[in-house]
Amino acid sequence: MYKYNDFDEAFVRERVAQFRGQVERRIDGSLTEDEFKPLRLMNGLYLQLHAYMLRVAVPYGTLSSAQMDRLAHLAETYDKGYGHFTTRQNIQYNWPELKDVPDMLSDLADVGMHAIQTSGNTIRNVTADHFAGAAADEVADPRPVAELLRQWSTDHPEFQFLPRKFKIAITGAEDDRAVIKAHDIGLQLRRVDGTLGVRVIVGGGLGRTPMIGKVLRDFLPLEDLLPYTEAVVSVWNRLGRRDNKYKARIKITVHEHGIEEISRLVEDRFTAIKPGFSGVDQEILREIETQFAPPAFRNAPTDAYDAAYAADPLFRSWADTNLTAHRAEGYAIVSISLKKHGATPGDATADQMRVMADLARTYGHDELRVSHEQNIILPHVHKSDLPDLYAALRSADLATANIGLASDIIACPGMDYCALATARSIPIAQQIAERVEELKIEHEVGHLKIKISGCINACGHHHVGHIGILGLDRAGVENYQITLGGDGTQHAAIGERAGPGFAYDEIVPAIERLITGYLALREHEDETFIEAYRRLGAAPFKAILYPQEARDAA
Amino acid sequence: MPRQFTPKVITANRLLEGDAVWFTTQDTWSGNIHDAEFLTDEAHADLRLLEAQAQAHVIAGAYLADAKQGDNGPEPTHFREAFRTRGPSNYPHGKQEQNHV
Repeated sequence: MYKYNDFDEAFVRERVAQFRGQVERRIDGSLTEDEFKPLRLMNGLYLQLHAYMLRVAVPYGTLSSAQMDRLAHLAETYDKGYGHFTTRQNIQYNWPELKDVPDMLSDLADVGMHAIQTSGNTIRNVTADHFAGAAADEVADPRPVAELLRQWSTDHPEFQFLPRKFKIAITGAEDDRAVIKAHDIGLQLRRVDGTLGVRVIVGGGLGRTPMIGKVLRDFLPLEDLLPYTEAVVSVWNRLGRRDNKYKARIKITVHEHGIEEISRLVEDRFTAIKPGFSGVDQEILREIETQFAPPAFRNAPTDAYDAAYAADPLFRSWADTNLTAHRAEGYAIVSISLKKHGATPGDATADQMRVMADLARTYGHDELRVSHEQNIILPHVHKSDLPDLYAALRSADLATANIGLASDIIACPGMDYCALATARSIPIAQQIAERVEELKIEHEVGHLKIKISGCINACGHHHVGHIGILGLDRAGVENYQITLGGDGTQHAAIGERAGPGFAYDEIVPAIERLITGYLALREHEDETFIEAYRRLGAAPFKAILYPQEARDAA
Repeated sequence: MPRQFTPKVITANRLLEGDAVWFTTQDTWSGNIHDAEFLTDEAHADLRLLEAQAQAHVIAGAYLADAKQGDNGPEPTHFREAFRTRGPSNYPHGKQEQNHV
């Protein structure tokens, strides 16, 4: 894992000191809110419906136990005892007081963390495959490159006043778990003829105008990544629509100018700036890579795992849903669900954070990950330790066996917290999860991604949910639109709107109809919801959602 | 015909704590919407908003929000403003916690 060098340490400390001064000047009245707002946003501090909210970056979703412990400390000391893990692998604190925020940032700096560029029109926290460094299907760990991008983008003088925010995601696997096609830049490490390079995808994004990213370079030599990325952001920085914030993202620039023209401009810019990169970035990358060396995996029998798997049906069910194949023999990737039925998706209490940190220390080579699906991952656990780990998770109420199932719902904070929201999303997620639990059908239903956003900005990724739910304000009442057939993987697709929206008390029954209706439509048990949707098209699903209209048309 | 003015209250977030507050006839800020000044005249509402915004050392982000007159004083008419008088729906935090509503 990356450890701050003297430069990182000094930079983050200086930013904390600056912000401490800014907060003092705001409180004593020397700064107006108009003056203070851009300063607080540069440090991840929002003012929401009921309180301030501090968004802390978890770079490429990677945490050590000490960092997770520190997040617990913040939750307990400055908040109401919990934190909310987000779809951008960040953590948000919903109740800090203004005067405490500099102390929070200082506590974070102690463990090499910060909230810089988690807001504002800058390059945001670089996100990565949450199974990075552990996945069996990976060509290379993308995190050293992600860390290089973090260092390059942090306080980059050219990119502090971009037309709009800019999000980069990276994966090292063909199986895309980082939604790279829905980012401003999506990067995929690839190995061709033994050489490591990068596929560069540009112009993806969700929000008001959802777009799937387009390939800008199919195979870029790895050593060109920084100058090339800088060229992309630089071209957009000049062309981007500063006149209209809804048209300012790079997806619109690519759409308006066309990928060929963007490609030509980027190549020109790349040629111009490349000589300025002396190779020092590659030296730094080599240095970073040594810090991401894989842990010393041990060779041990897995009998304890096999015995527990055979004997304990609860353990078996959890193992079947929450474990993923690891690249090392005898190891597994453990997903800890933060989606207990009826709980708030992505929330963890301070106690739960400490339990997860302890488990990472004891069984997981000191590593944790935050997934964009709002769960926590222990990437490296030897199978012989899984029965003990499972028992510890159970006693901390963290053993829900639902990864990838109907109740593993992504939901943004929505109008329970967010000042931008047009409707609530959390209670919808809670009610859907409780309902599928009552019906006991989610294991039978199988793989299903339900994603909920409380406004058009789509933090809840609803466009790429197999079932997407978008909460809107329709004439002063909450209303929920359903989209179907979205996909956030390498087969990325934007969901289609199913029809008129549903009222707050109609949306959960509508989702239940869809789920049970799918069970009747599927060809066989292994045909997933999304596969059935692709085979049959929208019509039978719309008929399930709108039975009255279907009858009228008959 | 000019559009009829919908009654309003002035609301903001407290600078230090960030919680929702409402502007009273006494030029103070209350955590209870029932204490808010009920504004039925557009010109007066705009003037009061300027006066409210001038208290930048106490609050941030003051704006006019639709309201109606209820038995105990002004009440919100839109669900967003109603949530601001209570707190989130997933935990008993915020004003509902303080008020034991």
